[in-house]
Amino acid sequence: MYQSIVNAKGGYPRLLGSAVLPHLGRHLPSSRTQAYLFGHISQARGYAVIPNTVNTRSKEFKENAENMNELIKELDKDISKVLEGGGEKPREKHVSRGKLLPRDRIKNLLDASSPFLELSQMAGYKLYDDEVPAGGIITGIGRIEGVECMVVANDATVKGGTYYPITVKKHLRAQEIAKENRLPCIYLVDSGGANLPHQADVFPDREHFGRIFYNQATMSGLGIPQIAVVMGSCTAGGAYVPAMADESIIVKNKGTIFLGGPPLVKAATGEVVTAEELGGADLHCRTSGVTDHYAVDDIHALLLARQAVANLNHQKDGQLLTKASEEPLYSSEELGGIVGSNLRRSFDVKQVIARLVDGSQFHEFKPLYGSTLVTGFAHIYGYPVGIVANNGILFSESALKGAHFIQLCAQRGIPLVFLQNITGFMVGSSAEAGGIAKNGAKLVTAVACANVPKFTVVIGGSFGAGNYGMCGRAYR
Amino acid sequence: MLSNVLLTKIPKSAKSTTGATTTTTGCSVIKGKLSSSGIIADSVIKNQTTILGGAAAILSATRSYATSPNSNFLDKKEPLFDKILIANRGEITCRVINTARKLGIKTVAVHSEADKYAMHVGMADEAYLIGPAQSTESYLSIPKVIQAAKQSGAQAIHPGYGFLSENADFATQLATENITFIGPPAAAIIAMGSKSESKKIMEAAKVPVVPGYHGENQDPGFLESQADQIGYPVLIKAIKGGGGKGMRIVETKKDFKDMLESAKREAMKSFGDDQVLVEKYLTTPRHVEVQIFADKFGNAVHLFERDCSVQRRHQKIIEEAPAPNLDKEVRDMLGKSAVRAAKAVNYVGAGTVEFIMDSLTNQFYFMEMNTRLQVEHPVTEMITNTDLVHWQLEVAAGNPLPLAQQDQIKLDGHAFEARIYAENPKNGFLPDTGKLVHLRTPMPSSLVTNVRVETGVKEGDEISVFYDPMIAKLVVKGQDRRSALRILKSALGQYQIVGPHTNIDFLKRLASSPDFIAGNVETGFIDKHKDELFSKVGLENEAMGYERLSQVALSAILKNNKSLNNSSGRNSTSFSPWDNPQNAMFQPNTLGKSVIPLLVDDNIKYKVAVTFKQPPKIYDIEIYKACLDNTSTTVPSILDNLITKNDTKVAEFTGVETTWTATTTPHSSQGINLHNNSGTMISNIGGRKLNSTIVYSSSGSSKDNVAVFDNGIGGDLDTLHVKLLIDQPSEYYSSIEIDQQHAASTNGGGRGKAKEGEITAPMSSRITQIPVKPGQKVEPGMVLIIVEAMKMENIIRAQSAGYVGEIFCGVGDLADEGQVLLSIEADKSPPSPKDTTSAANGDC
Repeated sequence: MYQSIVNAKGGYPRLLGSAVLPHLGRHLPSSRTQAYLFGHISQARGYAVIPNTVNTRSKEFKENAENMNELIKELDKDISKVLEGGGEKPREKHVSRGKLLPRDRIKNLLDASSPFLELSQMAGYKLYDDEVPAGGIITGIGRIEGVECMVVANDATVKGGTYYPITVKKHLRAQEIAKENRLPCIYLVDSGGANLPHQADVFPDREHFGRIFYNQATMSGLGIPQIAVVMGSCTAGGAYVPAMADESIIVKNKGTIFLGGPPLVKAATGEVVTAEELGGADLHCRTSGVTDHYAVDDIHALLLARQAVANLNHQKDGQLLTKASEEPLYSSEELGGIVGSNLRRSFDVKQVIARLVDGSQFHEFKPLYGSTLVTGFAHIYGYPVGIVANNGILFSESALKGAHFIQLCAQRGIPLVFLQNITGFMVGSSAEAGGIAKNGAKLVTAVACANVPKFTVVIGGSFGAGNYGMCGRAYR
Repeated sequence: MLSNVLLTKIPKSAKSTTGATTTTTGCSVIKGKLSSSGIIADSVIKNQTTILGGAAAILSATRSYATSPNSNFLDKKEPLFDKILIANRGEITCRVINTARKLGIKTVAVHSEADKYAMHVGMADEAYLIGPAQSTESYLSIPKVIQAAKQSGAQAIHPGYGFLSENADFATQLATENITFIGPPAAAIIAMGSKSESKKIMEAAKVPVVPGYHGENQDPGFLESQADQIGYPVLIKAIKGGGGKGMRIVETKKDFKDMLESAKREAMKSFGDDQVLVEKYLTTPRHVEVQIFADKFGNAVHLFERDCSVQRRHQKIIEEAPAPNLDKEVRDMLGKSAVRAAKAVNYVGAGTVEFIMDSLTNQFYFMEMNTRLQVEHPVTEMITNTDLVHWQLEVAAGNPLPLAQQDQIKLDGHAFEARIYAENPKNGFLPDTGKLVHLRTPMPSSLVTNVRVETGVKEGDEISVFYDPMIAKLVVKGQDRRSALRILKSALGQYQIVGPHTNIDFLKRLASSPDFIAGNVETGFIDKHKDELFSKVGLENEAMGYERLSQVALSAILKNNKSLNNSSGRNSTSFSPWDNPQNAMFQPNTLGKSVIPLLVDDNIKYKVAVTFKQPPKIYDIEIYKACLDNTSTTVPSILDNLITKNDTKVAEFTGVETTWTATTTPHSSQGINLHNNSGTMISNIGGRKLNSTIVYSSSGSSKDNVAVFDNGIGGDLDTLHVKLLIDQPSEYYSSIEIDQQHAASTNGGGRGKAKEGEITAPMSSRITQIPVKPGQKVEPGMVLIIVEAMKMENIIRAQSAGYVGEIFCGVGDLADEGQVLLSIEADKSPPSPKDTTSAANGDC
């Protein structure tokens, strides 16, 4: 899993999601926040509890918390709009056709208690002249019949579910995560295909529309199940999603699959045919054999999809030594007050770590060397992680220490968590003379070559080449 | 051990026999009674030692029976049996085994194939399979029971109740085989077996009998004149009858003839004998019966009466002792009449003399005598501090009654027995069957000794169609009637059963009925109070109705039973955050919300919206009553998981805290997973703590049935039955048949479809059989032609009804794929059914 999530304006990480580590946003009853366990050493492996140095009554803390809360409110407002999809009218029209809204489809697809780790929520935000909430597609990881799956659902209330360039990017991103984590993919298809005005940026290139089917084929080849549920139109290129899938389900009178729709057929050959006759459930389940399961409505289709997952014989392989999870000792509610919204104000990143990791226990690596980069071992939800966190400007020593620690984790197969708050690598004659260019390159190399799951959380600034060294987007 | 927790408090009033008040625990009931004479004790000990090898506990138990009424019998004190067989099943067998165990007597059980894993089989020292499930082939088979007795070397047979308990042939045959029958002499069984015969004997013995005609003359006119003489209303009853069969109440003269006819018809069908008797019918009768006991030395005592008036389907449902609202004088008269009745037939052993009593005048009449230990005997044991099975064993061994003087038997407190049946009170108390998916009984303890659960089943057992649907008897005792009732109600509140329908909720209501509490019992009680006993409360009026519904919704989310138990590799998923209930419904940047659709009492659909709050384990709950404008509740709707503007919000709880503790998956005795999924849900809803046991079960065709039992004050409430509609639709959808006709019309390519009415060869094949003839009527599915291809036979069947027209092939012909073999003519003018039959016959 190589993933980074950039939170709006350096907001504290309410979530960092992946199949391995679902989220870091942790919550504790406030009664426990006053626990003061200075220097407590766990008996296990010399893990030490990070002492709490945050004064929640200080003026600075209160100011930070207030500013952060403002940002969160803004975020919540934006998100709640995103969750609405294409707005009231298209939603009503969608529902009046007897179709479920995409988020309701996902809810019905997943187990009742399952979390849904939605990905790329803000995709398409203020990107085009048109509003494309969530990029017109909802992606995320949820549990179906006990199996964690990648769900990709078109939102037909957003421009008929057509693919904008950002839609393609988001779809591919979900597939990439699925591929790396061997997550079965469930496509809830309800899309008019490529968004024609943007065709040039959707259709031809390597990372464009065609890549979706390339991914389906290669994932299927790797034994990662591909299941498509046709709940609306799958026109032209879209027709290949169910056709490329291992198993497909289609909803009667709702789902259609064809390379060319009735108007195109009429123009091309003069044949007059209805959409249902041309590519409806009856045709594809009985005659063409393109789809495998016949559903009478959305609920039925989603139940069939659940059954399909139950039949996967899917096994998750584990490589990590996990243990029972423990809550952090200090409340994650305090993160806002620590981090604040002012990127110029520095904070002690260890206080952030203390609020993310199990039992606030952290085994720091090289604590006395290159201290502007904090490195060390901890557990999150019982999973071992190596943490690399900025605590000031990156100097040569910090970069060397980071490279060393990353190589260590890569050698041991331990996932890496990067907490980015970067002002950049140090500049100036003394720094250059110390070889910071080469030392920085060593950090970048170590990051690029580390073949372990990597999570990047932007908790402050992320400037310059430091972004690369701290596993920016380009480092996956 | 459930069934042998007996009430053991020895009353102060019993000083004459005990001299001390002792409370004992465990299974020994009468332990602690001291012999009045050391000499007697010694002699008994000597006897017992030779048999039992001197086990101290047993000696102390036996010693208590040394109290003999007459020192003349001292030398004749016979040893008890070494080994007995119990020719029965279920709770009574377990009951007998418990006493036998206490006395060191080895026990032998017999069982049918259906009872292989039954509790009584497990409890007995030995068990013999005596036949298939049908009781006529097993428990009622005299030769098989005798064979098992011989094989095991049992010296005596206890028949329990029902089955062979009142079978005189059985008693006689045992005598010839030299096996003791633990019951009355055959002559007494025969005498009391016929209702008319027994009444004659009773009249002679000056026991009051109901005015009526019990003679041989079955002429309808004569019987009617007898009825006129007795005065209406009268009761027509089959002489061989029982269980309400062949029984009719005639209110007026004009109905007599019709009722007589139907009673006779039913009697003939049920008992093979249509003889009836006619007697006075009491409009508000009570059913009062007296427990009597007699030994072979002519001693006969009664152990007070029981009231079994409250009945459904003419069968007892709740019994109590002593009978309420009865003065001492009537009680004495009842007891004396019963003893007279027993003596009139030289009775030996345990018996019950049943009386019908006018609830207004307290005038009582003899009805019948049951020559067995009855189902409801424990209430008598409770109020007399006796063990009647032990008495039976003493008497059968040839010993005098442990308490042979009437004045030695003291009445102590008040007892109730509630019979817990697998039946549906809301559906005319029709018996129900099924697996006991979840079973929890009240827990008697060293402090709670006044509750006794007599049962023969355990969790995972099946209540089958073959036997009586009684699950258990709940017996309680209190100082007086009111306290006994209070204890009964509390014990019923702790009784939890999921599987077949039960009458537990009904019994709770009965025990709370003001008229029942007042003791105004009569046989028509249930009918008269049906509004009160069967009223539907409705969730909105029920105490904690919505709170309990919230519990169900939360448990549905938290039980998380879908988790893959996939422990391949070192990365056991048990630590996975996906399995962590505090992450349930987590969603980034928004509150996870789930709508759980539920069906309450099979007809009202509710939607419970649960919002996952932060910090975790805190939930907001909104309950909506679903709008049901178009579809029936059982048809799933795509709106089930959504709150629409047509749904009405009926309740709201915020900041609900909850924990769910799953019960480890129980296994039945057969080691089969019970497919139940239960747990305890402790929540704080609206400042109130709720502790519920929630049981998920899928029985038969219905999935995800949820039963909610409240472990707190809600024990008095009806059990909440809810159907979870998540995943329920799959079943509904699987029952939809996707239109096959459609297949034909869209199936454009491939093999040509023949014209209507033509039957074609499905592949190249050889005709092997043509079982139809031209003109023959065919029904869908009927075999028309059998062909053979690729060494396989293929049967071609008629798709629709009609007549065979022409046959275009013969046996042995080779047919090509698609070749027309036969034509079917549609049913244009259907001949009358009679014609069809004759035509068919003609063809044969």
